[in-house]
Amino acid sequence: MAEVLRGRWGYASITDKIADIVLTRPVHWVWALVFGAAASGALFFFGAMGYLFVRGIGIWGVDIPVAWGYAIGNFVWWIGIGHAGTFISAFLLLLRQKWRNSINRFAEAMTLFAAGIAGVWPILHLGRPWFFYWLTPYPNVMELWPQWRSPLVWDIFAISTYLIVSLLFWYVGLVPDLATLRDRAHTRAKQVVYGLLALGWRGEARHWARFETAYLLLAGLAAPLVISVHSVVSLDFAVGNTPGWHSTLFPPYFVAGALFSGFAMVLTLAIPMRHFFGLQDFITARHLDHAAKIMLATGLIVAYGYFMEIFTAFYSGDEYEIYMTLNRMAGPYAPVYWLLMACNVIAPQLLWFRRVRRTVWLLFVLSIVINVGMWSERFMIVVTSLHRDFLPSSWGMFYPTGWDWSMLAGSIGLFTMLFLLFVRFLPAISIFEMREIAREERE
Amino acid sequence: MSAPLWGLMAELADADALLAAAQRAGAAGWRRAEAYSPFPVEGVAEALGFARNRVPLLALLGGVAGGVGGYFMQWYSAVVSYPLNIGGRPLHSWPSFIPATFELTVLGAALAAVFGMLALNGLPRLRHPVFDVPEFDTATRNRFFLCLRADDPKFDDDAARRFLEALRPLAILEVPA
Amino acid sequence: MPPVSRALWRSVDEPAAGSDGHGPHDAHPLEFSPSRRDFMRLAAASLALAGAGCSPPAEEITPYVKSDGEPVPGVPRYFATAMSLGGAAIGVLARSDMGRPTKIEGNPTHPSSLGATDVWAQAAVLELWDPRRSQTVRRGALPMSREAFFSALGARLERLRARGGEGLRVLTRYVDSPTLEAQLRAVLERFPAARRHVWEPLHRDNSVEGARLAFGRVLEPVYRFDRADVVVALDADFLREGPGRVRYARDFAARRRADGRAGAMSRVYAIESRPTLAGAMADHRVALPVAGIERWLAQLDGQLRGAESDDPRVRAAAADLAASAGRALIVAGESLPPGAHALVHALNDALGAPGQTLQYIAPVAAAESCTASLRELTGDMHAGRVDTLLVLGGNPVYDAPADLAFGDALARVPFSAHLALRRDETSAAATWHVPATHFLEHWSDARAHDGTASVVQPLIAPLYGGTSPHALLAAVAGEPDADGHRRVRRTWTLRQAQGEREFENFWRDSLREGVVRGSAAAPVSARPRGVPYSPPAGPAGWSVRFVEDASVRDGEFAANAWLQELPRPDSKLTWDNAALLAPGSAAVLGVRTGDLVEIEAGAARVRAPVWVLPGQAEGAIAIALGYGRGTGVDAYPLRASGSPWEVRDAHVRRSDGRHAFATTQEHARMEGRDPVRRAAIADFEAGDFDLGKEQPEESLYPEWRYEGYRWGMAIDLGACIGCNACTIACQAENNIPTVGKDQVARGREMHWIRVDRYYEGDAAAPRTLFQPVPCMQCENAPCEEVCPVGATVHDSEGVNVQVYNRCVGTRFCSNNCPYKVRRFNFLQFADRESESLKAMRNPEVTVRMRGVMEKCNYCLQRITRARIETEREGRRIADGEVVTACQAACPAEAIVFGDLNDPKSRVIAAKRSPLEYALLGELNTRPRTTYLARLFNPNPDIEEG
Repeated sequence: MAEVLRGRWGYASITDKIADIVLTRPVHWVWALVFGAAASGALFFFGAMGYLFVRGIGIWGVDIPVAWGYAIGNFVWWIGIGHAGTFISAFLLLLRQKWRNSINRFAEAMTLFAAGIAGVWPILHLGRPWFFYWLTPYPNVMELWPQWRSPLVWDIFAISTYLIVSLLFWYVGLVPDLATLRDRAHTRAKQVVYGLLALGWRGEARHWARFETAYLLLAGLAAPLVISVHSVVSLDFAVGNTPGWHSTLFPPYFVAGALFSGFAMVLTLAIPMRHFFGLQDFITARHLDHAAKIMLATGLIVAYGYFMEIFTAFYSGDEYEIYMTLNRMAGPYAPVYWLLMACNVIAPQLLWFRRVRRTVWLLFVLSIVINVGMWSERFMIVVTSLHRDFLPSSWGMFYPTGWDWSMLAGSIGLFTMLFLLFVRFLPAISIFEMREIAREERE
Repeated sequence: MSAPLWGLMAELADADALLAAAQRAGAAGWRRAEAYSPFPVEGVAEALGFARNRVPLLALLGGVAGGVGGYFMQWYSAVVSYPLNIGGRPLHSWPSFIPATFELTVLGAALAAVFGMLALNGLPRLRHPVFDVPEFDTATRNRFFLCLRADDPKFDDDAARRFLEALRPLAILEVPA
Repeated sequence: MPPVSRALWRSVDEPAAGSDGHGPHDAHPLEFSPSRRDFMRLAAASLALAGAGCSPPAEEITPYVKSDGEPVPGVPRYFATAMSLGGAAIGVLARSDMGRPTKIEGNPTHPSSLGATDVWAQAAVLELWDPRRSQTVRRGALPMSREAFFSALGARLERLRARGGEGLRVLTRYVDSPTLEAQLRAVLERFPAARRHVWEPLHRDNSVEGARLAFGRVLEPVYRFDRADVVVALDADFLREGPGRVRYARDFAARRRADGRAGAMSRVYAIESRPTLAGAMADHRVALPVAGIERWLAQLDGQLRGAESDDPRVRAAAADLAASAGRALIVAGESLPPGAHALVHALNDALGAPGQTLQYIAPVAAAESCTASLRELTGDMHAGRVDTLLVLGGNPVYDAPADLAFGDALARVPFSAHLALRRDETSAAATWHVPATHFLEHWSDARAHDGTASVVQPLIAPLYGGTSPHALLAAVAGEPDADGHRRVRRTWTLRQAQGEREFENFWRDSLREGVVRGSAAAPVSARPRGVPYSPPAGPAGWSVRFVEDASVRDGEFAANAWLQELPRPDSKLTWDNAALLAPGSAAVLGVRTGDLVEIEAGAARVRAPVWVLPGQAEGAIAIALGYGRGTGVDAYPLRASGSPWEVRDAHVRRSDGRHAFATTQEHARMEGRDPVRRAAIADFEAGDFDLGKEQPEESLYPEWRYEGYRWGMAIDLGACIGCNACTIACQAENNIPTVGKDQVARGREMHWIRVDRYYEGDAAAPRTLFQPVPCMQCENAPCEEVCPVGATVHDSEGVNVQVYNRCVGTRFCSNNCPYKVRRFNFLQFADRESESLKAMRNPEVTVRMRGVMEKCNYCLQRITRARIETEREGRRIADGEVVTACQAACPAEAIVFGDLNDPKSRVIAAKRSPLEYALLGELNTRPRTTYLARLFNPNPDIEEG
């Protein structure tokens, strides 16, 4: 079994290696190139938002009966991706999985960015987005309140809580490393900025003690949160009566799907990162192997979800459920269904083979395939269920417009840009936790 | 030897040395000793007499506040403040109030834990005497420090120096007040 | 990623949903989309309205009985008037909000209405307020003053006087106005050598000639469907076409209910060349090309004379007719030749129909063959014998028979004037165009299908200073008094020879009630003489059938966005006509919906998109008239004076290219879900029928109690004829915007109540089922539960209301609505700029902005108004006091609305019927709007294939 930390590394060398990526390493042309592309994507995204606010969501393909389209699909997809980070940090910390220490930091960053972008979609998709705050309780002369029975309100609370807790978790973990950067920074500016962010951390023993308690508590709180967020998101559908939505299976099935896509995205990011910043010693074959195994496991749960949906449809004998199932397989959107089956059920089976789990480029390709597959699943759930519900007379179709596609691409650009900035300005690997590992390796 | 000291500090090579030093300081009855390390070292705080950790209590209180407050808000708004007939459902549809209540519980607990931790640690505090010691930069890299504070009733310049020397440190540093 | 390609995603049974030019950069779909496509790009001039303003008519007008008393600001008043269409008037009540006509209702005291209306009456307010109405007199393209025209005309007439008016011709549509008739006579007295002509594109020449054959003179039948036990309709859509359609629908529906109000249920046989409403309502339907229908009729005749037909349906129908002599009725459609009409007269006479199920009266308007009349006119025009032509309404350049080449002929007339609401083809071709007044802008009179006369009183002064046909003729006849009001009074003073006081009373009553009492035409008793009749042999080639369009009729309403966007009852198409082909015929041609075919008849060729329509007669192509201007295909070039309704042996071949249709219902099968429940009357009476009603499960929740009112609705599918009057009435009442073809194709139409159309049985001979679907007003509304801001809630009377101000547009409510009756403003659909449209709107209903959801709310504004009135009088709202817009318009009385807390209300009575069922009741949404199952009365001797 490969180790978590490869080669002979001391406290100093670890510190320098990771910190110097941020402090001294010059900008690499590949980084600049990708960043340029991502940034222009992000710019387009904001421009498109402006146009959307002026014209209305009619620029998308949504209609009646398919009143939800890409916006909601993207929302679910992004929030799913935003699950791996906190899962890694929280669950694996509680389970004392030391190997997590080298990937939790950037995974959490990924979580934050993904969840943040996810949070934007529900606002964009509103008919009158400038009134989004009406979904939150706030004092107003009309004494109007949110309608607490609506899963969308639960969403607001779930997503915002998740964002805040994830942010705290991430930042608390960063504080000691920010102190490191503060102390190693050579320019005044960096010293000031990192100094302020480090809150005057000095590594005093009692501080460490409280720090660790708080960190552990956060982990304990974040763990159920990870489960709850996508469960609540799934209720956006499961509470509805639409065939293909109205299912008690949804919460667990969504959470598994979230981790599935989340770990896929972790690999999508980790593999290039360790390559370009020479972090193979910290993010080792073992990490990739573990991530791959989790993908396999969660992938199998997702597959189980698919099959249970089919089974329950026929077992229930409900004509609407049965038709919905057949319509997914053979209806006008069948290509999407089979695409996601290929991506989410067939492809992951490769991960049974050790050879595959150890072939980095193959893992990278698989991670992309799974991301595509999971997006298709969101599309299937949102669109294919809506387009043919109860009354044949109201059946219809959904055709995405150029804006649907380009805004999805734009959000991916924004995500990439944020992540690139993160690896340049913050330690992508938790330094103090790597020191702990180094200490253990010694013994 | 003229400038008033905040404390006297020994620079150590690794965690075990720090732990040993801390235990000795504790045994020797140094009440106001402080230890600094680039990563948490188990036992050090306890050795220096760190007894009660209030962070969990704060988290609990925060969680309860969030949960109770959250549920009350929903009940009050839906039943008292602005009752509405929503699809024939009862005003007090408690099952629908659970998700928000749960989320607010977690939120309350998390906020309390983090800000409680910072408060108890007296952070943020950007200015601190130990930062005036040039070598202290390495406390966030690869060095470990034990500091005997001058305001310790037991503190006496020579005694402290002797005690620290006995630890065979890499260096003994003065922390100006 | 999933493919973007529409083609790949299209399900086979679904027609193309507009694939043309759907970028995200679509032009903003204004309420009047046609103005944005280059549709009649002439008139769209800037709004003179700002200058004109709207003011009440000069003379005093008299409100309808129920609006007596002084006007109260904010309280609408109703005025009785009448709307003429195709030579017969429907009495209407026009709602006036502070002088602005905003809505049309039926006049309960008018025999052609009985309180109901058709789609065209509902669309009339939009005709009035249409910003693209013509606003200036023009000479050629040159804007001129009204005075300039009249002086030019005056000078012209002076010269004509010398020749006794030789060369002066007046072309009108069917004239059902006594005053106009009198004026035309006066003109002919002044100009003995002048001639008058009549042209009605949807003319009744075959009926006229048929009557002449049978009776030696022109007589018009007035049907009494309420008395008919057996009805045989031969290509006759008496529920939608021709005079009396609204009244006929009422009488007909009365005999299709199970409540026994009107005695036994009638049995209907429809033999027709294209799907009609009558056919959809029929118990037995046979689809044949016209020639086939003629042969069928001949067989029926033979069967009734004792011969033995080999067609079981003929035998059964004959038996039924014979068995119910005196209570039987045969109705012949316009497409049948005069001979067939004569034969039908004879058969009806033999069956003892006259005096029972029909009555003959002297013709109201169709007294002569317009084809002959127009042929004579165009002949003279070509020969240069016409030097002054006045065209009062109509659009002959567009809709005259192709072989008469009216356009070319018009070019040879030195002085021609066209009086019209819009500057159309004829206006452009005539030397002068004169903006006409809308019927809500002028004084006139009009006669109903049974001859009953009504006085047409204006509700508003002409918006754009238009000229009424009366004013124009007055100028020609040299009347000293140009006052329209006095002119109409004069007509009636001459008719009622009585004293001053009596006349004043008579006049006031006529205005208040909207009908001239006792003015119905006297029944004429006449025996038809036997006329030998031989049906044609089978058609050599394709039969092309020209049909009146359910929305634009002959093209008159082509500019009306409400009507254009109103789904056609049979195809559910909007903004389009099509070559309607039976599935078999489509297979023969190797075409499917959206493909193009080239139709060649004589010299004319027309390329038209195909719509495969179950129930269309095999071998026959039906194509609606009135299109080809910006939308649809113009079929008039194929229509010759000799073949007004059907071209036989036409050549049809597949053509290249595809056409994108915009339909509001892509899927026409019920998929075994039975949204429309059915029962045979026999089983119903025997009590052995199963509607498969699911009992809603018990609820964990306590019931909500509604102390005051509890509004509810029942819709009788047995009565509903699928005419769409409810849909457009709701549109007018609730300020519902139109969205344009592209947006309809994207599934964004806004109608609050839609009429679903399902097919049952095989596609060759399906049974058509209609089902109006408004918001069901569920007790356990799924939409409300999921709205995060409480923008849709139950009010204290249990109405599921939509709070536009609060709606943020999550659209979750629509997803969670199993009936999909919610409509969303995906873009700014409502036109908030055009001044005239602001004036048209119902002031009691919000104009919605982009981004909010909307839907039916039981006409909350009407409930509120009734509540305010009754509270002032300190009493409860009585049953029938609140009538929803859809209910009011419905000619079949299929919709009943009322208070479910009032045990004696009609809605409760309706819901007590064993036929009552809830749509998707198994979902336990507990709808307040429920349905009465559709009843059929099939002949047991015929086993349905």
